[in-house]
Amino acid sequence: MASTHYTPKRQPRLPLPSWLKGTLVTLASISVTMLGLLFVTFFIGRVMPIDPVLAVVGERATQDQYHAAYLELGLDRSLVVQFSYYVWDVLHGDFGMSLLNARPVSEDIKRVFPATMELATIGIIFGIVLGVPLGVIAAVRRGSWIDQIARVVALVGYSMPIFWLGLMGLLLFYGILGWVGGPGRQGIFYEDTFPSVTGMILVDAALARDWGAFKDAFSHIVLPASLLGYYSLAYISRMTRSFMLEQLSAEYVTTARVKGMSEWAVVWRHAFRNIRVQLITVIALSYAGLLEGSVLTEIIFSWPGIGNYITTALLSADMNAVLGGTVVVGMIFVCLNIFSDLLYKVFDPRSK
Amino acid sequence: MNAFTKLMGTAALGFALGAVALPVMAETPANMLVIANRIDDITTLDPAQSFEFAGSDVLRNIYGRLVNFDPLDLDAGYQADLAESWTVSEDGRTITFTMRDGVKFHSGNPVRAEDVAFSFKRVVALNKTPSFILTQFGFTPENMDETITVDGNTVSITTDKRYATSFVLNCLTATIAGIVDEATVMANEVDGDFGNEWLKTNSAGSGAYSLSSWKPKESVTLTANPDFYLGEPAMKRVIVRHVQESATQRLMLERGDIDVARNLNPSDVEGIRKADGVEVMEEMRGRLMYISMNQKHPELSKPKVLQALKYLIDYEGMQNSFLKGAYVTHQNFLPRTYLGAVDENPFSLNVEKAKALLAEAGVDGMELTVGVREAQERLEIGQSLQNTFAMAGIKLNLEVGTGKQVLSKYRARELDIYLGAWGPDYPDPHTNAGTFAYNPDNSDAAQATGLLAWRNAWDTGGLTEKSAAAVVEGDRSKREAMYHDIQATFRDTSPFAVMFQKIEPAGIAENVEGLNLGGAITAVSYWAVTK
Repeated sequence: MASTHYTPKRQPRLPLPSWLKGTLVTLASISVTMLGLLFVTFFIGRVMPIDPVLAVVGERATQDQYHAAYLELGLDRSLVVQFSYYVWDVLHGDFGMSLLNARPVSEDIKRVFPATMELATIGIIFGIVLGVPLGVIAAVRRGSWIDQIARVVALVGYSMPIFWLGLMGLLLFYGILGWVGGPGRQGIFYEDTFPSVTGMILVDAALARDWGAFKDAFSHIVLPASLLGYYSLAYISRMTRSFMLEQLSAEYVTTARVKGMSEWAVVWRHAFRNIRVQLITVIALSYAGLLEGSVLTEIIFSWPGIGNYITTALLSADMNAVLGGTVVVGMIFVCLNIFSDLLYKVFDPRSK
Repeated sequence: MNAFTKLMGTAALGFALGAVALPVMAETPANMLVIANRIDDITTLDPAQSFEFAGSDVLRNIYGRLVNFDPLDLDAGYQADLAESWTVSEDGRTITFTMRDGVKFHSGNPVRAEDVAFSFKRVVALNKTPSFILTQFGFTPENMDETITVDGNTVSITTDKRYATSFVLNCLTATIAGIVDEATVMANEVDGDFGNEWLKTNSAGSGAYSLSSWKPKESVTLTANPDFYLGEPAMKRVIVRHVQESATQRLMLERGDIDVARNLNPSDVEGIRKADGVEVMEEMRGRLMYISMNQKHPELSKPKVLQALKYLIDYEGMQNSFLKGAYVTHQNFLPRTYLGAVDENPFSLNVEKAKALLAEAGVDGMELTVGVREAQERLEIGQSLQNTFAMAGIKLNLEVGTGKQVLSKYRARELDIYLGAWGPDYPDPHTNAGTFAYNPDNSDAAQATGLLAWRNAWDTGGLTEKSAAAVVEGDRSKREAMYHDIQATFRDTSPFAVMFQKIEPAGIAENVEGLNLGGAITAVSYWAVTK
């Protein structure tokens, strides 16, 4: 006999702790983002009116050679099948072969990415070290000469084309004054003279205790890195200034001042502490921008980084390389986003 | 706030001081040759597959060949290299080469006749794009054991019919005929690939240099072979660095950080003419710039229209303005310095004549599309054509795309007009005659995409047969006359307007001696260089 007592059906729930749930949600959203990125880049690559087969066999190939390469590249299969193979390979860390040099794209990326990372890291350090204090001072001394300078610095950073500034910098500091090393990551003399461990020349030279090579590599990186640093400085200082202005007009600052707190303490212990979280996002964004490859800077300075890599690949219809590079750049964005979210949680008590 | 001002000041000062204190090397080492070049076209360093300029430059210095050019005397033609001498059979089909004694590969293995046979058979079996340079003599995977044979220290090749011996030997100076070390290559074979994968990034030659490293789109490093049979080269290392920008190459050359800049644009060439310690070296290259008219187009297939268009090109104006120093007017399919080349350039801009020809052909204004690759000098040529064609009432639309986009359409016979460049494949006149003036089957089904005549749907009107006859003519001067004759008809009747031949200026440090860039017929050689 059926019971007359009604028990409401409960939604089955996974007994998960909230932190794990949060992590799963994050992972799921990353996967969807990455899949979307793969989908878009893959199909753009395939519908572009570029013939990848010609990129492999060259203009002089006979029809037979052309056809053999066409089959070898799997282009006879349907797009959906090609895409599913591609996703499967990417999940295994395989971006396919570069059509142009017939080497795994993942190896190429391992070689070019450290070059960009080295450049971007020094650039962003430059941007933070100079940009943050500049923004703070500009806000505190609003309307003063230093604020005007900060504004001009930011304006120039925004409006001057990077290739022009880069070429002028090369001409002046390398061509005329001879203060810095020329294009490329190191003097040609040092090519292949010490082992590549991390792919970052400064680190590798230090590991090999080859201080001559270290100095040489530093003399090569200093100009492009300060150029990139200058552009991020312009952005960081401007954002810092506006964040600070907002805080300085807040009531708690007035209260602190009324209480007779020193200006240093008001600015740094109170106001600055409250903009740290916002600043992290700004810095993470500029860093991601630099890592994404500063194409023009890399081209002007013959810097064999990922921006240069993707551009050359694009121009020569090497679609596997373009896709591989784009996916890696996408992953960096996602990772830096997660990282800045994490820092948010550390620094912002409200999110705990 | 003073603290921050100080902090910033200190940082800036430290930065500036750091920069000042850095050492800058202003001169390359005396036993090292350092070159800036665009090398992003290298796809492989296997001589059986490589078919790009920068790759040929590298491979010419790594692999010995049966016959080769002397870098200090290119005009002398092919010379004995790994072969000491050769004889030709009475029927003219078999050439037997006697190997030079005592030459060793970089591995220490002796260079044997067997290695030559292996290298040629490898090319036939692999069947990569440039393999036709050898297989055009009738070698196939089925017959190669009979046509390429070894006897003691001699190796013989037997062609499918009689060819001019000069034609065969010229082809044997090409990159594809580089002799590889059989033992080393086969030790690195994977899945029956004849070591193709391994040779992409490694070397197994007997030439003046061995490959130390190739980083795609970055650099190539070569190390001198101390046992090179012509003597150890003076330059112990040769490093070619990929530098994209002309202005950057110039700066590096003027600073003394490189010895040679290979890709200077006309304004930078003018710039370094005034600089101290640097010289400009100019060489004629084999590359031709041309436009071609698709014969499937009803108007363009009229002979008078073709003539008219050839009179609507401002050859001189372009040569003296934006092409200055990079190209020189040349209206024939054989580049200057090739056997059979001629200097006749009968066409010049003549709008009245062109208008009259168009009227005779019954054409009163038309609209055409030209496929142009997205490159500065080609766009400028395209614009010049646009202007001069308009003077005779022809509207020319530029269809601009990447090289591959435009080329795909051209190969599919879909463009009205193509603006392009062509470089010879090997140092024999047949290379260009066989491309511009040879088209045995003009049907769409033939898919002879490698032939420029086919791409323009041009039935050559007898030049196919004449080209075929020239390539088997044994008498060199008769052969030369035949090419003169073919080109005279070609200039007049073909749908091709060949416009310019490339001049390549290079900037070199004045202490560099003995460098030869290979002219129009071969690639650069480093072993004769001294500083």
